[in-house]
Amino acid sequence: MPHKDNPQSQSKPLWRSLSDLVVRYTLMVLIVLLLFAVILVISGKDPLQSYQDILTSTLGSSYGFSEVMVAMTPLLITALAVALPSRIGLINVGGEGQLYMGACLATWGAIAFDTLPSWALLPLMALLGMLGGALWAFVPGYLKSLGLVNETITTLLLNSVAPSVVAFFVFGFWHSPMDTNKTPNFVPAARLPTLFSTRIDLSFVFALVLLVIFWFLMRYTRWGLEMRAIGGNPQAARRNGIPLNGYWIVIMSVGGAIAGLAGMAQVSGYYGVLLVNFSRGLGFMGFLISWLSFGDPVGILVTSFIVSIIITGGNLLQLTRGIPYAVINILLAFTLFVVLARPLFFKRKEA
Amino acid sequence: MSLLSILGVISSAIFSGTSLLYTTLGETIHQRSGIVNLGLEGVMLISASSGFAVTVISGNPYLGVLVATITGGLVNLVLGLLVVTRRANQLASGLALMFFGFGLSALIGKPYVGAKINALPRIPLPGLSNLPVLFASLFKFDLLIYLVIPAAILIWWLLFRTRWGLGLRAVGENADAAFASGRNPFLIRYQALFLGGMLAGLGAAHLSIAYTMNWSEYMTAGRGFIAVALVIFSKWHPLRAIVGALLFSGAVAFQLLLQSSGLQVSPFLLDTIPYLLTLLVLIAWGGTRKHAAPASLGRVYQGGQQ
Repeated sequence: MPHKDNPQSQSKPLWRSLSDLVVRYTLMVLIVLLLFAVILVISGKDPLQSYQDILTSTLGSSYGFSEVMVAMTPLLITALAVALPSRIGLINVGGEGQLYMGACLATWGAIAFDTLPSWALLPLMALLGMLGGALWAFVPGYLKSLGLVNETITTLLLNSVAPSVVAFFVFGFWHSPMDTNKTPNFVPAARLPTLFSTRIDLSFVFALVLLVIFWFLMRYTRWGLEMRAIGGNPQAARRNGIPLNGYWIVIMSVGGAIAGLAGMAQVSGYYGVLLVNFSRGLGFMGFLISWLSFGDPVGILVTSFIVSIIITGGNLLQLTRGIPYAVINILLAFTLFVVLARPLFFKRKEA
Repeated sequence: MSLLSILGVISSAIFSGTSLLYTTLGETIHQRSGIVNLGLEGVMLISASSGFAVTVISGNPYLGVLVATITGGLVNLVLGLLVVTRRANQLASGLALMFFGFGLSALIGKPYVGAKINALPRIPLPGLSNLPVLFASLFKFDLLIYLVIPAAILIWWLLFRTRWGLGLRAVGENADAAFASGRNPFLIRYQALFLGGMLAGLGAAHLSIAYTMNWSEYMTAGRGFIAVALVIFSKWHPLRAIVGALLFSGAVAFQLLLQSSGLQVSPFLLDTIPYLLTLLVLIAWGGTRKHAAPASLGRVYQGGQQ
């Protein structure tokens, strides 16, 4: 997709456009902090103290930083699950459902084959997770290729189905004797190994590797070229002999497989159980991150990092300041609002 | 299974369908003006929590309904600011609004978790007062239930029989052409968002003040998204939306019936019926669907650069 830079910024000297950028971002951050400060003051908290807490708890200690990486992992993967299809103009709003189905199938693997050693069980779970997500995304891709239903609508509908499927299996078959809304803890062999004695698990490495692969594919391979051609002008691409329908189905399914992997990583790494309704919007957050970073790998990395600081900081505020965790969604939303409200600051590209 | 339990099931299906129909009507108005609002979930949560809070404080459920309704309209204006004035992407803005709703509603509702309220009073149907007490008590509905079908008819009349509705639909089909014929697409989309938000607020108020009579986080449980699905299912038509809402309540009723008859069918599988049915209907329509959707749905109206 061609870059459409702001024409004014091209005529300006480099230092000028850079300083403009810094001023704009600083202003945006200030607006967000000011808006959220109002919320904090209304709920009787000291905003300055809270912001200081967020920063020191996330970037101020190695433990805090590691927690940011933990929060970042699913966001990186679900953002990628949206960014890849977006390159050929497919809007995958279904990361949430694909994540649930990935988690569901991976959990089935963990329960059914719990005697397998770790080196066999984990890849199996990852494959099952990817299969679950891919199946959930194949349907919208296939329906689109038949020209029947637009993929935005299908992915949205299937989002609402997937948590019910998970609930069906958990309540009906897999639940632990104590809690009916979650499975028993996975066997150790079904848990992703953690790194450096933190809660960061192997899926973080996978997320980074996937990001690099995505960047490489887009940049240096024939597939990447063809995908950019489809994204730029589907009709022209079709006339040049690029199999459009095939790309729609395959890329959508691969996107779903990636989201499914995020689901597998959540149950195998982060939670160690499958909990009904565990996600609460990770897939949607991935959509927003991909959209805000225009599907660009570096952008995804930076945006996920910022969002993760907010999420992790919010976790701490909940513990120390007695603010309900959900309130951190307000800070997140203000950030999104301000970024969305200033689209002229960014390159105009479709997510 | 007794007649009584069947009637009880129908009664509770009517309760669960009402909030959904109001919300679907709201989304129908947005989408007719060209705006997909994926943030309805958040709008509903904020309305449900604020309406509940006001009912607890004032003791007057009608005041709660009023506040929830106005709140819904105002929250939707935030979306207007993003997608109409700032011309931001509608899907992303809607999802951002959803997260906003998750957060703000939790903050508003927190002090009132588990609070008792005066629920919306139930008014018996006039003709049924001499029925056996048990039957009559099942078919005593609140005002919002009695008003929901008239509301659908009113919205239909507004959209299809008034100049304002014609303008709104014109903006949804082709904003530039509507502008050229003297309409103001910006203003009309704001009006559509405010009115639609008020309807979603009404639906949310019915949920928290009349149906469940409590507040809990994420209590709307996807109703905002069901509404989006039902709008498509009903081909963007307010009267067909009644059918859509009936379908959903029917699934709920069916599920309760199966449970009360002792048949072990997972309620979670039945939960998926409305979505799968909507998908099947969309597949069956195939190409014809394109003529039903407002032509510029989801597109940014750039407008005259002022």
